[in-house]
Amino acid sequence: MAIFLDENSKVLVQGMTGSEGTKHTRRMVASGTNVVAGVTPGKGGQEVDGIPVFNSVADAVEATGANVSVVFVPPKFTKGAVIEAVDAGVPLCVVITEGVPVHDTASFFQYAQNSGTTRVIGPNCPGLISPGKSNAGIIPGDITQSGRIGLVSKSGTLTYQMMFELRDIGFSTCLGIGGDPIIGTTHIDALAAFQADPDTDVIVMIGEIGGDAEERAAAFIKDNVTKPVVGYVAGFTAPEGKTMGHAGAIVSGSSGTAAAKQSALEAVGVRVGKTPSETARLVRDILG
Amino acid sequence: MDLYEYQAKDLFGAHGVPVVPGRVCTTPEEARAAAAEIGGLVVVKAQVKTGGRGKAGGVKLAQTPDEAFERAQDILGLDIKGHIVRRVLVAAAADIETEYYVSFLLDRANRTFLAMASVEGGMEIEEVAVNNPDALAMIRVDAIEGCTQAKAEEIVDAARFPADVRDQVIVILQKLWDVLVKEDATLVEVNPLAKTPEGVVLALDGKVSLDDNASYRHEAHAAMVDNSETDPIELRAKELDLNYVKLDGQVGIIGNGAGLVMSTLDVVAYAGQEFGGVKPANFLDIGGGASAQVMANGLDIVLGDPDVTAVFVNVFGGITACDAVANGIVQAVAMLADRGEAITKPIVCRIDGNNAIEGRRILDESGIALIERVETMDDAARRVAQLAAGK
Repeated sequence: MAIFLDENSKVLVQGMTGSEGTKHTRRMVASGTNVVAGVTPGKGGQEVDGIPVFNSVADAVEATGANVSVVFVPPKFTKGAVIEAVDAGVPLCVVITEGVPVHDTASFFQYAQNSGTTRVIGPNCPGLISPGKSNAGIIPGDITQSGRIGLVSKSGTLTYQMMFELRDIGFSTCLGIGGDPIIGTTHIDALAAFQADPDTDVIVMIGEIGGDAEERAAAFIKDNVTKPVVGYVAGFTAPEGKTMGHAGAIVSGSSGTAAAKQSALEAVGVRVGKTPSETARLVRDILG
Repeated sequence: MDLYEYQAKDLFGAHGVPVVPGRVCTTPEEARAAAAEIGGLVVVKAQVKTGGRGKAGGVKLAQTPDEAFERAQDILGLDIKGHIVRRVLVAAAADIETEYYVSFLLDRANRTFLAMASVEGGMEIEEVAVNNPDALAMIRVDAIEGCTQAKAEEIVDAARFPADVRDQVIVILQKLWDVLVKEDATLVEVNPLAKTPEGVVLALDGKVSLDDNASYRHEAHAAMVDNSETDPIELRAKELDLNYVKLDGQVGIIGNGAGLVMSTLDVVAYAGQEFGGVKPANFLDIGGGASAQVMANGLDIVLGDPDVTAVFVNVFGGITACDAVANGIVQAVAMLADRGEAITKPIVCRIDGNNAIEGRRILDESGIALIERVETMDDAARRVAQLAAGK
């Protein structure tokens, strides 16, 4: 088991014939992912490294049974790409694209919610990896191995850093949910899935400044999560009113600070590390 | 991007939200001419991107064009919460009978949009939310359906707008929604939305924040960018397409990925406590898959900051290849030497991940004495704090 992605995942790549799409398709395949199709309108019938390209997601799903889509198309086409995946009934749509207008995200997320069939992860995220099983997105496949830690993070490189710190123990699934103001899958969705996953023993949750997702996750943990959770929040020294890279990472007035997030998490029994290395030590303590 | 009041009102006007005609002026002479053109009583308002202008003396009435000249002279150059006033808006002074509040904004928690409305306008809406929460209606708006007639009616009735303005406010809400959607805004706020003694409802003040990710489909938005208050290093970084924020410490920070860079700022600040409170001088994210050139640009920017006494390059290569990062560092040092600006500040590097072994070899064999390679993020942070403190 793992969450959202496992050895039965059949991945299609929207935008596979673009340079990023091709590069990351190769990396996904190299880390053992079953990539069954690519989609680029007008390029149906071509192949990339022997993987067939289709004109539409519906065609690709019909021919290959793909059940995961990874989206690499440019921002101006992202909304259309996600809607196409939803219309084709793809259960999981992972949006890697950075720089998507938030109105587009709000409407494709709403569209996916209305459909009841598709989970969206991202946008502006590194995707997810269930080591040894499947890798959908741009997370390096060779940092770590399969194990019993579940990891959810807003940030890509902090995900990699944490995977690296705990590479000897290994992970069930590592999930980067993205740092945009609106994201398809939240910390809470991941916490619920890890709680239900028999292959996950401990959950690591990485947050950052801005919004109140970590505070809401804390409230969720209190009532719904019995597995140990270790937290880390980046941005303790971030000043008010400055956006730190992610569109969502901004401290506004008294809300959204790292300190507020830390105390909310600690109040429900989550141990919070001050640095990535201390966070890794807390995980090791729990696993004995 | 946050807009000035006059820019927000221009967008309101363009989408049919009723506003009072006004002119933006940068000199007292322009203010006099504007007041003469508008005629009658005018209000001269400081244009700054912060609240509390009235209390700070940034909003004044003027009976005549000469008085408008004087008021503009008083207000231009004022420092309001660290913002220097460079423009004033001169507008007809509307008689106000009642002040209301309406806004639409992004609702991150519910991943949709939210309408807020109150018949208690004119004051900070945060105060209304705390002191009189029942007076503030908050209604979710579906991103696909938008603010329909029925939704606007729901908002107006939830906020208990009186019958005599109900129809006008319903129309205004739908036009404000147009501003939000058609301009790709993340916030549109009218405070106050005022009723005149004649019973006409007008937007007297406005706030709009635009989504920078959508600038590619709004050519007109580029003209609204105002860099007069932007730090000069931030401006240069922006021209180089680098994600840079100036901070007030001494340690230059370069990393890849927003989360890792934020984490690096924290780790350096913690380490700095041991060395007399050394702190990060900046946030700089060179992004995913950065090339040697991007790294070189980043180092150039950070070393050019006179506040910086030592630099920390902290990279975990996921997509980014560490050998490219190392080559970028070596190239930047050479490029600066060619320009006659040989580096004098130590550069502490920690690189891990994709092609790290090759990256480390490039740095170790570069022969650049000021480059110091440290194995872990914590140790590197401690070392750079120590160097920045001159110890």
